[in-house]
Amino acid sequence: MSATKQELLVEHRFGPYGGQFVPETLMPALAELELAWRSAWADDSYRSELAQLLRDFGGRPTPLYRARGLSERVGRSVYLKREDLNHTGSHKLNNALGQVLLAKRMGKSRVIAETGAGQHGVATATVCALLGMQCVIYMGREDTRRQLPNVQRMQLLGAEVQPVDAGSSTLKEATSAAIRDWVANVQSTHYVIGSVVGPAPYPAIVRDLQRVIGEEARAQMLEREGRLPRRVIACVGGGSNAMGIFAAFIADEDVELIGVEAAGDGLDTARHGAPLTAGGRAGILHGTRSAVMQDEEGQILQAHSISAGLDYPGAGPQHAHLRDTGRARYLAVTDEQALAAFREFTRLEGIIPALETAHAIAWVLATPDGELDLVCLSGRGDKDLAQVIDRSDT
Amino acid sequence: MSEPHGSPGARIAQAFASARGVAALMPYVMGGYPTLEESLRIGEACVGAGADIIELGVPYSDPLADGPVIQEAGTRALAAGASLGGVLEVARSLSASVPVVLMCYANMVFAPGVEAFVARLQRSGASGLIVPDLPHGEAPEVLAACDSSGLSLVPLLAPTTTPERLAEIGAQARGFLYVVSVLGTTGERRELGSSAAQMIARARAASDVPVALGFGISTPEQARHAADAGADGVIVGTRLVRAAAEAQHPAEAVGALVAELAAGLAPAR
Repeated sequence: MSATKQELLVEHRFGPYGGQFVPETLMPALAELELAWRSAWADDSYRSELAQLLRDFGGRPTPLYRARGLSERVGRSVYLKREDLNHTGSHKLNNALGQVLLAKRMGKSRVIAETGAGQHGVATATVCALLGMQCVIYMGREDTRRQLPNVQRMQLLGAEVQPVDAGSSTLKEATSAAIRDWVANVQSTHYVIGSVVGPAPYPAIVRDLQRVIGEEARAQMLEREGRLPRRVIACVGGGSNAMGIFAAFIADEDVELIGVEAAGDGLDTARHGAPLTAGGRAGILHGTRSAVMQDEEGQILQAHSISAGLDYPGAGPQHAHLRDTGRARYLAVTDEQALAAFREFTRLEGIIPALETAHAIAWVLATPDGELDLVCLSGRGDKDLAQVIDRSDT
Repeated sequence: MSEPHGSPGARIAQAFASARGVAALMPYVMGGYPTLEESLRIGEACVGAGADIIELGVPYSDPLADGPVIQEAGTRALAAGASLGGVLEVARSLSASVPVVLMCYANMVFAPGVEAFVARLQRSGASGLIVPDLPHGEAPEVLAACDSSGLSLVPLLAPTTTPERLAEIGAQARGFLYVVSVLGTTGERRELGSSAAQMIARARAASDVPVALGFGISTPEQARHAADAGADGVIVGTRLVRAAAEAQHPAEAVGALVAELAAGLAPAR
C-alpha cells in the first residue's frame, strides 16, 4: 500500500475545518488515541494482522465490476467497487477492524459505537465477537425500527444495543449518546466512531482505514482499462466510503470527485441531510467544525433521509475542505429518486444496493454525459427491504 | 451586599471573596426552563436563598457534557421557545444582584461570530462564560474576545487532565477554575469522588483564581464536603433542575433547596 511508505498524516485541521471541540475529560483520550494510532501504523505486526484479517475474514480485495446493465442503460462504462461484498455487507468493516484491533492494542476492554443504518454497528459487533471485546452500540430508537434486522444481528453477535430516545432519535442522537458514554468510561473504553467525523484524530484515522477502497479501485481500474476513471462517485452521510475512495484519487487532478448527499424531501424543504450541498455557515457538531445544518443561533437541526446512514446533519471536515477548494463536488438526491434508483438498479444489475448507495446510483442514472465512471457500491440493501417494500405500494 | 464595581470579571473575584458561607454557593439555572419567566423566578429564588454566583445555562440541541436531566430540560426549554436573546434577558435581570456566568456550547458561541457573541454577552451584564466543549487548544479566539471585553472565560478541569495541560489551563484561567469532580456528564452522584481534595489541590497549585467544584454535587453534606476539601466554590446543577422539573412551584422548590445548601455551607454551626 502506498500509504505505508509515506509519512503518516494525522491532520487536526482541514483548512478552517476539523479541530477538537469536546469536553476536557476526553482531551487526554484523544491524545492517547493519536499516539497509539501513530505507533500502530508504524508497526508491522499491527499492519500485517489488519491486512490478514481484511483478506481472510473480510474478503478483501473486493472486486471491481463493470456494471453490465447500468453501463448499457446510461451509454458509458460504469464500474462498481463492490464494498457490498465485504463480510457484514458494507465498507464499514474496514474501519471497524482497524479500530477494534487498535483498541485491543491500547489495552481497552470495552468498545462502544454509534450506528445509523446499523451497518457500522454490525461491523463493530462482528469484530468485537472476533476479538473477544465487550461491545455496546448506540442506535436511535427510530433507526432500531427501520433497521430491525441489523439490531437482531448485533444482538446475535453478543453486542448490547442501546436505543436512544432524544431529538429525532436517529444517528445524531446516537452519536451524542456514544460520546457521553465515552466521557464517563474513557479509561476502559474505546469509541469506534463510524465515519470521517468527530474530533481529531478520528477523521484522519477513519479516512486512512477506508483508503483501502480507493487504493484497490485505482489499481484495479488501471489494470482493467489502462487508465483512471473520469469520475469517482460515492454517497455521503458522514462521508467515510466517499473519503475512502476519494483519498486515493485526490492527487489525480483529472479525476472528478462527486459526493452525493441525501436531499430527503428536497433541498427546498427543511427535511434533508445535505449540509455540504446546501452550504451555509460552518458549525460545530460532535467535536468537529464542518458543514452543519443549523439555525441562526447555532442550534443543530434535525436531518431527514429515507436512508438511515445519510440521515445526519453534519459531514466530515475534510469533505467540507474538498468542497471549498473545488477538488470535490457535492450534490443531493431525493428520497424518491433514491428509491427509484434502488428498484431500477436491482433489476438492471442483479445487485440489491443499500439505500445509501442508491443515492450515488441515482445520480449516475440521471446524468447523461460522461465516459468512465467509478461508483463506490458501499453496501448491500438487504437491511432496507422492509422499508422499500413499505413504500412501493404508493 | 456591596455594589458591583470594576470589570464584569472582577465581580466574580469579589463574589468569591465576600461569599457568606465557607465556600461560594453557585447554583445552575437552565435558562428558559420551564419557561423564560419561570427560569428568572428560579434564579431570583436562588439569589434570595443565598447564591453568590449564578451559572446560567443556555439550552442547546446537542449538549455533550450534560446528563439526561439537564439535557431534557434544555430540550423542553427549546420546545417552549427559549432563545439566546431570552436567556440573556434573564442574565441581565439576575446580574443586578449577583455575577452571572453563562454556560453555553461552542457552536452557539461561534455561530454569530465570536466577537459578536461576546459583545452581546457583555451588554447583558453577565460576568463570565463557560463553554463545556471548548478545550484549551480551541479557546484562543474566545479567550481574546472575552479578555478585551472584561469577561472571564472560565476553563474546566477534569480528573483526566494531565499535569502539562493543567499548567497551561491554569495559566490562562479567568474568574475561577471549574473542577469537574467525576468522570462523566452532569448529574447527581451518591458520593463525591474521593479524589476531590486532590483535584482541588492540583487546581489551586496551577492557578491564582478560585477553584470551584461541580458535576455530581447535590446535597448540603456534599457541598460541605467539597468546601472542607478546599473548594472556594460549589456548583450544584442537576439536583436543582430536577426539582424545577418535578415541583408544582419550581422557584419555591429550588429556593428551598438552595437555602439548605447555603445552610450546609454556613461558617459557624
